[in-house]
Amino acid sequence: MSDLPKLEISRRGVLAGTAVTAVLTGNPALGAHPTPTQGEAAPPMPVRFTVNGQDQRLSLDPRTTLLDALREHLHLTGTKKGCDHGQCGACTVLANGRRINACLSLAVMHEGDEITTIEGLGTPEKLHPIQAAFVKYDGYQCGYCTPGQICSAVAVLDEIARGVPSHVQADLMAAPRPTNLELRERMSGNICRCGAYSNIAEALAEVVGPAAAGAKA
Amino acid sequence: MRAFTYERAKDPIAAARAVAERPGAKFIAGGTNLLDLMKIEVETPTHLVDVQDLGFDRIEPTPEGGLRIGALVTNTDLAADARIRRDYAVLSRAILAGASGQLRTKAPTAGNLLQRTRCPYFYDTNMPCNKRQPGSGCAAIGGYSRPLGVIGVSKACIATFPGDMAVAPRGLRAVVETRDAAGPRRATPTAGSHRLWADTPQQDPGLCPGELVPAVTLPRPLGGSHFYEKVRDRASFAFALVSVAAVIQPDGTGRAAFGGVAPRPWRVEAADLLLPQGAATVTARAFQGATPTRDNAFKLPLATRALAAVMAQAASRTKA
Repeated sequence: MSDLPKLEISRRGVLAGTAVTAVLTGNPALGAHPTPTQGEAAPPMPVRFTVNGQDQRLSLDPRTTLLDALREHLHLTGTKKGCDHGQCGACTVLANGRRINACLSLAVMHEGDEITTIEGLGTPEKLHPIQAAFVKYDGYQCGYCTPGQICSAVAVLDEIARGVPSHVQADLMAAPRPTNLELRERMSGNICRCGAYSNIAEALAEVVGPAAAGAKA
Repeated sequence: MRAFTYERAKDPIAAARAVAERPGAKFIAGGTNLLDLMKIEVETPTHLVDVQDLGFDRIEPTPEGGLRIGALVTNTDLAADARIRRDYAVLSRAILAGASGQLRTKAPTAGNLLQRTRCPYFYDTNMPCNKRQPGSGCAAIGGYSRPLGVIGVSKACIATFPGDMAVAPRGLRAVVETRDAAGPRRATPTAGSHRLWADTPQQDPGLCPGELVPAVTLPRPLGGSHFYEKVRDRASFAFALVSVAAVIQPDGTGRAAFGGVAPRPWRVEAADLLLPQGAATVTARAFQGATPTRDNAFKLPLATRALAAVMAQAASRTKA
C-alpha cells in the first residue's frame, strides 16, 4: 500500500462521515459501529494474540468482539462488519487456520491464537492466488463482502484438502472434490448482495485447477 | 451489549463453581448463539466463564461399542470424523445441512444441543414473548407463524427447536451427560434434554446453574442406510422448514425423527414401528394431535413427502 498516492478523502473517512450523519438523523441501522456502552463497563482485560504474524497485546472491554478489536483497535479495516450477527460472512477471518465469523467471537477468548486477516494473505504487489483470481474474474462489484469471501475461500480449499465433507457430497466416505457445486455449497456462509456468485465460483474454479473446474458435478 | 466480566476456567470443577456461585453467570464455548443474543440483549449475562480449556474435545470409543463425543468437539470436526461418517452418517449429514462453514468451525456439540429458538418474536425485543419475558404473551400465536411449530407446542409458545444436528441423535438414542462442581449429575436421553415447555417456555435449556455438559454418548452403530433430508427456503445456510433424520434397515424397519416442527426434535417410537407401511402411515401417527396454524399447516404434508423421499432412496439402495 505504501506506494499508493495519499488521497485527501479516504473511503473509510467517507464511510465514517456517513455514519455520523446517520447518528444525527436518528437512523437505527448502524451496523458499521460498535454497540454503544450501556451501564458501567467491566474493567479492561489484557489479551495477546498474533495477527498476520505480528504479536499484538491489547487491553479490551470484555465485550469487544474479535472483529471490533481488528478494526477499531488494530485499525485493520480490511475485515468488514456486515450484519454483525454471523449471517453474512463479511467478517470472516482465519483463527489458527480455520475460518470463523469474527463478529461472533470475543477478542479475549483468543488468547494465544494466530489470527489471519485479508491484510495477511497478500499485498497489492504480490496477490494471493485467490485474490488474483477474484480480480481476473470480476469476483465482486461493490467489494464489501470480498475480504470475507477470500478468507473463506482460503479455508474452503484447506477443508477440501483435509477431507472435511459437505452437504452436497453424495458419498461421505469419498475424498471431496472442488467441483462447482461443492464450492457453492461450502461458500454459502458468505453473502454477496451484488450477486457476484457466478464470478466468484469461476475465480475459485481457476485456483483449484482445470481438472476440478471441468467437473461440474 | 450489557457489560460483563470474563474468566477462562482451567478445570470443570472451577468452571461449574464459578457459574453456580454467581447469579447471572453463564458458560461460553463457541459463543455463536450466545453472543448473537447478547448483542440484542435477549441474553444479559453479568459474568462469562469460558470453557474452551476443559479438555472436552475428544471422540473416544466406549466399552459398549459406541462413541463418547466431547462437548467441545466442533460441528466441523464431528461431521468429518471417519468413525462418525462411517457408522453414524445420519449425524454427519445433519450437521452438514446446518449453518455455514464458519459457524460449524466454532459451534461445539453441547452448544448446538443447547441453542435457543430462532422464532422471530423471540429475537424482536419490541414484541411480547413468553420465552424471553415470562407472562408477556406470545406474538407468534396469531402472528407470522410460517416457520414455527405444529406439534408439542403450547398456548404460551409455538417456537421450534432450530437445530439440525440434534435431530439425528434423537433417533440414535444418544445420551447427554451433565456434571456440576460435585461431580457427575445426570445422563439423560437426548429426548429429555429438550423439554416440551407447556406453560414455562422460558426454561428451555433445562439445566441448573453451574450444570455443565461434558459429553454426548452414542450407543453402538445401528447399521442400515442413513439419511438427513432437509427442506428449507434456500439451498444452503437456512433453517429447516421440515427435516427428517432416518435410519432405514434393509427389511424396511427403522427410525425417523423430524426437525423444524416442534420445541424439540420430534420422534414417536410407535410411529417408527409403522415404517414398513409407508410414509403417510408413519406421519399420521407421529403427528397425531398436531395443532398447526393456517400459515404452517403445509409442514404436515411436507413431513410426509420428505419421509417418502427418504424411504424411496432407501428402497433403491436395498435393490442396488
